[in-house]
Amino acid sequence: MSDKVVAELHEPTPAVGDGGPDMIQLLTPEGERLSHPDYDKYVADLTPDDLRSFYRDLVLIRRLDAEGYALQRQGELGLWPSLLGQEAAQVGSGRALKPHDMCFPTYREHGVGFVRGMDPQSSLQLFRGVSQGGWDPRDHNFHLYTIVIGAQTLHATGYAMGVKMDGNVGTGDPERDTAVICYFGDGASAQGDVNEAFVYAASFDAPVVFFCQNNQWAISEPVSKQTRIPLFQRARGFGFPGMRVDGNDVLATYAVTQHCLDEARNGNGPLLIEAFTYRMGAHTTADDPTKYRVSAEVEQWKFRDPIQRLKTYLSREGWADDVFFTGVDEEADSFAAELRQGCITMATPPGETMWDHIYAEEHPVMEAERAAFLAYQASFEEAK
Amino acid sequence: MALEKVTLGKSLTSGLRKAMEKDPKVVLIGEDIGKLGGVFRITEGLQKDFGEERVIDSPLAESGIVGTAVGLALRGYRPVCEIQFDGFVYPAFDQIVSQVAKMRARSLGAITMPIVIRIPFGGGIGSPEHHSESPEAYFAHTAGLRVVSCSNPEDAHWMIQQAIECDDPVMFFEPKRRYHDRGEYDTAAAEAPRGLFEANVIREGTDVTLLGYGPVVKTMLESAAAAETEGTSIEVIDLRSLSPLPIDTIVSSVRKTGRLVVVHEASSFLGMAAEISSQVTEQCFYELEAPVVRVGGANIPYPPSRMEEDFLPDLDRILDGVDRALSF
Repeated sequence: MSDKVVAELHEPTPAVGDGGPDMIQLLTPEGERLSHPDYDKYVADLTPDDLRSFYRDLVLIRRLDAEGYALQRQGELGLWPSLLGQEAAQVGSGRALKPHDMCFPTYREHGVGFVRGMDPQSSLQLFRGVSQGGWDPRDHNFHLYTIVIGAQTLHATGYAMGVKMDGNVGTGDPERDTAVICYFGDGASAQGDVNEAFVYAASFDAPVVFFCQNNQWAISEPVSKQTRIPLFQRARGFGFPGMRVDGNDVLATYAVTQHCLDEARNGNGPLLIEAFTYRMGAHTTADDPTKYRVSAEVEQWKFRDPIQRLKTYLSREGWADDVFFTGVDEEADSFAAELRQGCITMATPPGETMWDHIYAEEHPVMEAERAAFLAYQASFEEAK
Repeated sequence: MALEKVTLGKSLTSGLRKAMEKDPKVVLIGEDIGKLGGVFRITEGLQKDFGEERVIDSPLAESGIVGTAVGLALRGYRPVCEIQFDGFVYPAFDQIVSQVAKMRARSLGAITMPIVIRIPFGGGIGSPEHHSESPEAYFAHTAGLRVVSCSNPEDAHWMIQQAIECDDPVMFFEPKRRYHDRGEYDTAAAEAPRGLFEANVIREGTDVTLLGYGPVVKTMLESAAAAETEGTSIEVIDLRSLSPLPIDTIVSSVRKTGRLVVVHEASSFLGMAAEISSQVTEQCFYELEAPVVRVGGANIPYPPSRMEEDFLPDLDRILDGVDRALSF
């Protein structure tokens, strides 16, 4: 290798950049619509109504997130992982999915769950501590949250292998061909499981789209700690396409995800999308980002806000006015009030239900321990 | 009736074959299990008959084997994973303990994880490091998993089918140094002789109960035969199920004999015998004539193979344990 190549390889990836020339963008931070030869077609059919509903989703999930944060601070939730700043990455990708596509989230995809039709209360159960998940993944083809970083990428890959074994790839029937999307972050890209998932998915031509939200920070570690090269370029080493999209641009994310899902459904999977975005808040409510990053960086990203740019675009085109925007804000207020009410009235299950659902079939230890627990509890009643 | 003398390995093969014939959702996944039939040839001929989609040669990554099996199970398949050797299971430990074991509870029972993870285990084959371990206690310690081990051909044939039919994840430990041992059974039988999670009293006796699983069962039977010539009557129990523990069978035997010796190749510190000893002591305190004796591997990493004879519980060490129990 030439000295220049070696020097380039050793150039550390900046923690915060503008995404570089490879980043696909359809809506600038100033709300201007850019044309793209490959991706315009995926947004060409969007009506002003559609765009307004994108805006509504973005606002509602930001409010969902703010409410989660507040509920944690008030002691109603044990922890809350914020999605602030990542709304467009989640709404754009989530809305590109078809109902029969399958989705594997991390623990931060409250926005994807929302656009999949999940009851917003669902994502609170885990953080309130009343269940470790608590929903049937088949109801909205939205898998349970996975907390061990990157573990779900293998589940998504296996599921996609199953889709292919079922013959639901490349038939040309849009009701049948199925894609799988798997979310993970820049931190997870260092995990063995994620790399194994890339190998398996490639080896079995699995119809899976790996969707990496590069929010620049894995708790306190910048993305430069995880990778020397831009993350989307990793895909090439595994033998499949990778692309970087502006994760704060809901239109570009929607377009690129649609493209990749189509490719997967047609049998050209796997693919990798790196959604270039930013974690505006802390990693979770237990984190303190002032200890490791400068506020100037956060300020810089405020100019790339995903909601503001769509709002500017809608206003400029005359597709939405203050009445609409105020209406969405009011809807968000009542949505938040309902969410809050649902959270604080969410009941703690009785202790004896701890032994339920561990096994599908009869298990003597579960039954004996549950009975012993109930007898122990009853002994206090008798003592009264 | 078709009495045949078959090896334990071939009995596993025929069991897998029957399970695959019965249920098209049963798929096998593991390293080298296709054309080669696995390093122990347990899946020999299955890829030829069932195709590459049902007998899947996996990339060389154990976490991937188990992690993709989780996804396949979510899609409605019943994956049977092969981990090539006991000491290679640890890269998959997170997927087994944090995902396979907990997924059902996480969904409040909405989904099941009918996954079987086959692991050839134990020593005595002269192999280098990581090829002779007995990691079963890690998994028995983990709620959400079931753990079983077969010791003879007939059980191998039936237990693998029962494990595949089970809606819970089953860790299936195969005694690799017994793969070539033969046993006679009715290969045309329509039903399993006993349930998957039941212990089997394979020799009745009155003086001491000898309990173990997997590769040491044969050694226990030899020990009991040797003891008989010296006038000691030993009851031998093949545990078969490590989790859940068929404690009732153990307790009724100990109530009869008053003495229990538990044998396994795994290190005795916090091994299966420690839990069994504790439970038996709780339930049989007044019937016990002696403390429960453990005959296990030493509390060291598995030794180099030229020294393994000194590590593994053999006939003499088992009889020494029996003598210790009788000395009280």
